[in-house]
Amino acid sequence: MRKISYVRAINETLHQLMEEDRRVFIIGQGVTSPWYVGSTTVGLIDRFGPERVIDTPVSENGVTGIAVGAALAGMHPILVHSRMDFMYYAMDQIANHAANWHYMFGGQLSISLTIWAIINRGGEQAAQHSQALQAMFTHIPGLKVVMPSTPYDAKGLLIASIEDNNPVVFIDERWLYNDVGEVPEEMYSVPIGKGVVRCRGRDVTIVATSYMVSEAVKAAKSLEKADIVAEVIDLRSLKPLDRNLLFESIAKTGRLVIADGGWKTCGIAAEISAVVTEKAFRHLKAPILRVTLPDAPAPASSVLEKVYYPNANSIVSAVEELFK
Amino acid sequence: MDILPDKLRLLYESMLRIRLFEERVAELLANETEIKCPTHLYIGQEAVAVGVCANLRKDDYVFSTHRSHGHYLAKGGDLKALMAELYGKATGCSKGRGGSMHLTSPDVGLPGSSAIVAGTIPIAVGAAMAFKLQKKDTISVAFFGDGAANEGVFYESLNLASLRKLPVVFVCENNLYSTHMPISACLMDTNIYKKAESFAMPGIRVDGNNVLEVFKIAKEAIENTRSGGGPTLLECMTYRWRGHVGPNFDIDKGLRSKEELDYWMNRCPINALEELLLNHSIMSELEKMQIYESVEKEVEEAIAFAKESPYPNQSELLSNVFKT
Repeated sequence: MRKISYVRAINETLHQLMEEDRRVFIIGQGVTSPWYVGSTTVGLIDRFGPERVIDTPVSENGVTGIAVGAALAGMHPILVHSRMDFMYYAMDQIANHAANWHYMFGGQLSISLTIWAIINRGGEQAAQHSQALQAMFTHIPGLKVVMPSTPYDAKGLLIASIEDNNPVVFIDERWLYNDVGEVPEEMYSVPIGKGVVRCRGRDVTIVATSYMVSEAVKAAKSLEKADIVAEVIDLRSLKPLDRNLLFESIAKTGRLVIADGGWKTCGIAAEISAVVTEKAFRHLKAPILRVTLPDAPAPASSVLEKVYYPNANSIVSAVEELFK
Repeated sequence: MDILPDKLRLLYESMLRIRLFEERVAELLANETEIKCPTHLYIGQEAVAVGVCANLRKDDYVFSTHRSHGHYLAKGGDLKALMAELYGKATGCSKGRGGSMHLTSPDVGLPGSSAIVAGTIPIAVGAAMAFKLQKKDTISVAFFGDGAANEGVFYESLNLASLRKLPVVFVCENNLYSTHMPISACLMDTNIYKKAESFAMPGIRVDGNNVLEVFKIAKEAIENTRSGGGPTLLECMTYRWRGHVGPNFDIDKGLRSKEELDYWMNRCPINALEELLLNHSIMSELEKMQIYESVEKEVEEAIAFAKESPYPNQSELLSNVFKT
């Protein structure tokens, strides 16, 4: 199969979606810029024009409200937030309006909206240009949350997000943009709410999200040397969560390490730990360990960044802890 | 007079429907406990909703606030479904999931009302953007109070609507109070209509207790925006007779004086139109009585309907978090 980069997969998908469906348009900061959102939106403005490729001033809450209103009037907007850090400004429209609208009005209206949220970090960008807020959005009823880890899933989950009748937060990690993988040229969707096993194992389950999936796969390879065969699960969707996939794996391995690139307290790893403790406690042979960001803002200095961001080594250490 | 007699009688009846409905709701709130949701009465402000909505088509969108009964009824929402919503019944316009602050009537162009101050302003702009993309000649109206002029998203929305010349009319109902705070304690410059100037759009102050003036000025703004002339900000000066929430007048609480309330009650928009219609023989005493009786009957039937209707089924608590 054809291999392309993650960033090209996103770009191709946007072109295909806008070509195929007149209801789709893209709106947000930097969508006509050659660098603001990587090169994900290259060519869109030339092909579809400023009516459907709407670059906006920095008015995150207003622009998010516009996307909500356009969805109510029958469009399928793709709303871009070029950094998750800036989304705090838009929390009212996302959490109070988009998320509640379907329920609050008795299921009569829906917001078919893709909120494309980009994590852009590292490179000494510090505390306000580095945040990964997946837990915050997963907490809110009425929002679906997906986090692809491969070029294939980036395309499939983006298409699934746009096809969905609900607000979907599609969280994209720029650390993945240069990854290369197999991506079919035609359109396809990856089902929201379904995880996938990346490595089969028997001794420990490593559940990972986004860029931590490839770190988990590296960790699993390294653990083989110690004769520990790890099963790696890529969640892909944080809400709905593929609970059965987790339970099946834990029933087999009895051990769980969760690797997520967000903060520890009340984070995705905490939630998964709770779900497993509630429903699969009898299978556990060891405590559940979390590999996450520490509970601290992102630092600037690259020396500090090296110890701030978890990686394959952090996962290996956590797994070794379980076998001590 | 350039408004046809039939239209004048309709304006009268529409204001009266809101008034008689809400007077009965106030009685029910004071004397019963069946309506439990926070209820913000519109009594005194009827000319604004009616004067604006009388210029709208069914497929035009109106977005409303926590004080939403007037907009709902003026746009043509079903009175029985409104009363049932206040009672928290399954037959309510939002199936008992919204209450007084969250009314919807998608069939008549009311996609919803939000209890977050200024929350629906950008949403109205977004609907207008969708209409423009869809090349429709429908327009969108955002109703909001003077308190919304303290929210940043109000300014973001005016700017974005004007930048893209969208078919939207902003209707500020300045009732002089933001909950308990007088407007002079909230805004350095209380001339809200003048904010429009910064966004290069017309801003007009209107006597919000004069339905004919509201009707005429709204008509111009709506025709202008429908034909591609861009947005207008209307500031309708009016007054709510009751307190911020609930049936009381709140003059005993030291928030405002009896004199001030009396002044505004003497400027009742419904009495003013009634006198005009009677004096110009556009409506006879007999016709007036007939309108009263028929609206009163409608309200009583709605109360009976609401009381007889079933509550939502508890087993459906979790329905409609997502649209399937």
